[in-house]
Amino acid sequence: MTDRQESARVSEVAPLEPGVPSATLAQFLSLLFARASAELIDLGPAVGANIAFLGERIGCKIHVVDLYADLDHHARHDALAQFPDCVEQRFALPDESVDAVLCWDVFDFLDPPAAGVLARQLKRVLRRGGPVLGLFSGGGQDEQYYAKYVIEDETRLRRSFYPGACPRGHVRQNREINALFTGLELIGSVLLKSGVREVLFRKPI
Amino acid sequence: MWKREDPPRPPVVTPTPEPFAQAPSPGRVDHTREEPRLMREEPTSIGKSIVISGEVRGSEDLTIEGRVEGKIDLRDHVLTIGTNGRITAQVCAKSIVVLGHVTGNLVATDKVEIRESGSVEGDVVAPRVALADGSHFRGSIDMQRKEMPGAPEAMPAVSEPAAEMRLNAGVTDELVRV
Repeated sequence: MTDRQESARVSEVAPLEPGVPSATLAQFLSLLFARASAELIDLGPAVGANIAFLGERIGCKIHVVDLYADLDHHARHDALAQFPDCVEQRFALPDESVDAVLCWDVFDFLDPPAAGVLARQLKRVLRRGGPVLGLFSGGGQDEQYYAKYVIEDETRLRRSFYPGACPRGHVRQNREINALFTGLELIGSVLLKSGVREVLFRKPI
Repeated sequence: MWKREDPPRPPVVTPTPEPFAQAPSPGRVDHTREEPRLMREEPTSIGKSIVISGEVRGSEDLTIEGRVEGKIDLRDHVLTIGTNGRITAQVCAKSIVVLGHVTGNLVATDKVEIRESGSVEGDVVAPRVALADGSHFRGSIDMQRKEMPGAPEAMPAVSEPAAEMRLNAGVTDELVRV
């Protein structure tokens, strides 16, 4: 599947759900906003509304690293075993060069080796004091769709879904999440009624 | 429905031949007289079958439907990369509209717009960036907030207690702390 076709598939999303409150987004954004000339990594597909919000309102530089597209490509080519290598190569950024990371729910789709490589790379490129926001589901392991998150405002997210080749196969316990991000400081962990956990980490100053 | 129609073109008046000027022979088109008018009215376009390797510079708007490899510099003008356009180049323009495929960095002093059919792999630097749903983008986006005159007011920094207060006030019924 070409990038063009993948993008077309991403655009075939169900209508956006009503906005859901985010308990940690405001805190994440305030930590980001406090940093001058901030740079952020967005691990999801490029979303125009998020680019406008983060670029114009927060004023940060955004690195779009659509891991869902990479994951989907590997799943379709039966090459998920090589995905950790792909993750390793996707982060060519120097050490401590970005100020924040939006992981969305990508860790739900990664097996332990790939999740370990991703967490290590994120910790490497993150500057001291920089936040990392991740969403972790509590179930639905067989679901074969990815969620596209749209920042509605500082406290609300909307999401819509599009089909994917990789199942959401990895429900992680809090201790597993904490182990992945060992070395970072846990700022907040909130369980939403939807069963999604929002977890906010920060690299110690 | 409300699209304004193009104004009717004035009839072409054949200039009176100057003394000693040769009358055009039958069947021969005099392009030299047409060219200035066309350049003023028609946007310049690089057609589908055209392949350019090297540097493209200009001082007028340009639409590219062909292939360009190298560098494009239209500093004060609008560059449109049409649906058939395939660009592998560093691009600099006032505004850049992408409907085709670009591999390379885009720098615009006004705006970069990636339409639904557009695809960009590279870094974008512009005060305003618009990505349509369904467009493909891979790279980084820098909207140069500091250099934007008249930019919308930035979001005030939310102190952690303030953020906490807002959360508690707005969403407590839908959240369970763990």
